[in-house]
Amino acid sequence: MSDLLSIRDLIVEYRTRRGVARAVDRVSLDVEENTTLGLAGESGCGKSTLGRSIIRLVPYPGKIVEGEIVFDVGKRIEYDGQAVEPGPTDLLKLPEEAMRRLRGEQVAYIFQDPMTSLNPMMSIKDHFVEIIREHSPETTEEEATERAAEILGSLGILPERMTDYPHQFSGGMRQRVMIGLGLALKPRLLIADEPTTSLDVIVEAQILDEIAKLKEKFNLTMILITHNLGVLAQHADNIAIIYAGRLMELADTETLFENPQHPYSQALLQAVPDVRKPDKKLAWIPGAPPDLTEPLPGCMYHPRCPQATERCRTEQPMLTKSPSGGIVACHLYS
Amino acid sequence: MTLRSYIVSRIILMIPMLMFLLTLVFLILRVMPGDPALLHFEKGVNPEVLAAFKARLGLDKPLWQQYVDYLIGVFHGDFGLSMQDFQPVTAQILSRFPATLELTIWAMLFAVILGVFLGIRSAKNYNTFEDNVIRIFGIVTYAIPVFFLGMILQLVFGIYLRWLPTGGQIDPRYQVEIDRVTGMMTVDALLSGNIRAFVDAALHLILPAVTLGTVLCGIFIRLTRTNMLETLRQDFVVAAQARGLADSTITYRYALKNAFLPILTMIGLQFAALLAGAVLTETTFNWDGLGTYLVDRISRRDYTAIQGTVVFFGLLVMLVTLLVDILYAYLDPRIRL
Repeated sequence: MSDLLSIRDLIVEYRTRRGVARAVDRVSLDVEENTTLGLAGESGCGKSTLGRSIIRLVPYPGKIVEGEIVFDVGKRIEYDGQAVEPGPTDLLKLPEEAMRRLRGEQVAYIFQDPMTSLNPMMSIKDHFVEIIREHSPETTEEEATERAAEILGSLGILPERMTDYPHQFSGGMRQRVMIGLGLALKPRLLIADEPTTSLDVIVEAQILDEIAKLKEKFNLTMILITHNLGVLAQHADNIAIIYAGRLMELADTETLFENPQHPYSQALLQAVPDVRKPDKKLAWIPGAPPDLTEPLPGCMYHPRCPQATERCRTEQPMLTKSPSGGIVACHLYS
Repeated sequence: MTLRSYIVSRIILMIPMLMFLLTLVFLILRVMPGDPALLHFEKGVNPEVLAAFKARLGLDKPLWQQYVDYLIGVFHGDFGLSMQDFQPVTAQILSRFPATLELTIWAMLFAVILGVFLGIRSAKNYNTFEDNVIRIFGIVTYAIPVFFLGMILQLVFGIYLRWLPTGGQIDPRYQVEIDRVTGMMTVDALLSGNIRAFVDAALHLILPAVTLGTVLCGIFIRLTRTNMLETLRQDFVVAAQARGLADSTITYRYALKNAFLPILTMIGLQFAALLAGAVLTETTFNWDGLGTYLVDRISRRDYTAIQGTVVFFGLLVMLVTLLVDILYAYLDPRIRL
């Protein structure tokens, strides 16, 4: 299998009045076709920024400073009389207009809060007709409506509700609509940024199951961003652990859960309750994540790491092959 | 609540507002210095003649009687006879109103279109040179007195450049050629099929409408800019970008459509300011509308005419606010009743 997406040495910075915060610091990742990569980490660790960088919509005042985001373009993109041919393409080198056509059509993005992600002044149907006709103007409104009904039907929303407005739907229903909009153009890559964080656990489980089914049906490759490791255990093939903008460990899900290498991964897993071991005492990680505007020398995790040595305080660990088969950035293994 | 019961309750609420307005206008005129009867005579007039004249105006009756007479008249749509020329005030108002309506419609259109357009540009180019220029323009025009701007424009376009007429509604030559049907010169000229008269009337309309519109557009620039900035930051705008929608779609269908409701409210609220501005604009441009009528009658202490015009303006403002509220309920799916 080939890689659908390869990120190389990506740096994203927020230039704020307090200084430059490096939210993504030389992250390299590969996402294989038809797999799900989970991005996990604490709030503010840069996992959403990383996701948004892929579609080049980093929130202001963030800026992609350097790196490569190579995406395997599936369908020829025509824009302003020019074209991008199918095949691996560095998205950071594309003109904005080509990028815009790629968004929604080849890469879909689902946001955290479905309550505010739909235009309150437009009916659900109009949202679908709009995106379908934006990307293929030759589609008639009837065809677009039909397609919308089909997609919504597969997500459990009745066609007669299509003319309703967002405020007439519950949070779970709105997220289904968002997923439907994301999949309306049959994209190759779906980035789901905490898609269920604002929903209750039952709806969360339903939505995640539906996403998993649709992933099969549409041959989707997915990046699932979450701080919920339980969700990743069930839905991700590989997991990347991010801390303070840096990739700490990347391994397949089973390996990561059974045999975490990085002390941070180990600590995170200690903090997850396990129904099979009800007596397990939950651990917590002392301290707080570092201030990104004042990067630490050495490993970003060293102030909180029980195994930190002098070397961890001065020298930044590089990503290396870990004994378990994944990659890890820790001096314990180099 | 249905839309109908909403409208009915809004109309019922207008009754106390109207009563308050009627009473206030009546009382303020009566406590104002000056006597409408005295203005008709030289100094040292025979007191008997003066008393007889006051009786003719109804000013000899006790205040409460005058008040009741006035209220009864108003509810019959009759504002009484002018204390200046003894003609029915209602007819005078209605004959002057079309000219004011013509001016205010174009001024409001100019203000809203220019204001919203500049507001969008300002928001989209947030914190750039263009944004700052537009913001300064908005503040300056908001602060400038309407008659001052009017005179500057008259000087530049009327006197120096000689492009546009500086006053009146139409050249007297054409005035006799067209039939007065609606009272709006441009419309009447078109109805008479007189294109040259229409062009002339339109040229006369440009300076007053632009003057009044410019003064009003500042508030629309600021409001549009703020609301656009607010909505452009919303999640649904980012989500729309992530779906690869065109920039213009996002600006108009997402940001402007959501930012437009507060603008609509402001159009209703600004209507009062528009009428107040029209009074000054009409005076500056010698425009024969309700504004010049009101100013003229105030200087002559014509109680009935002033009462009638002010109440008429008040009713207009109430009506427009009501229309805006109904439109609001219709446009916003969240409060669609």
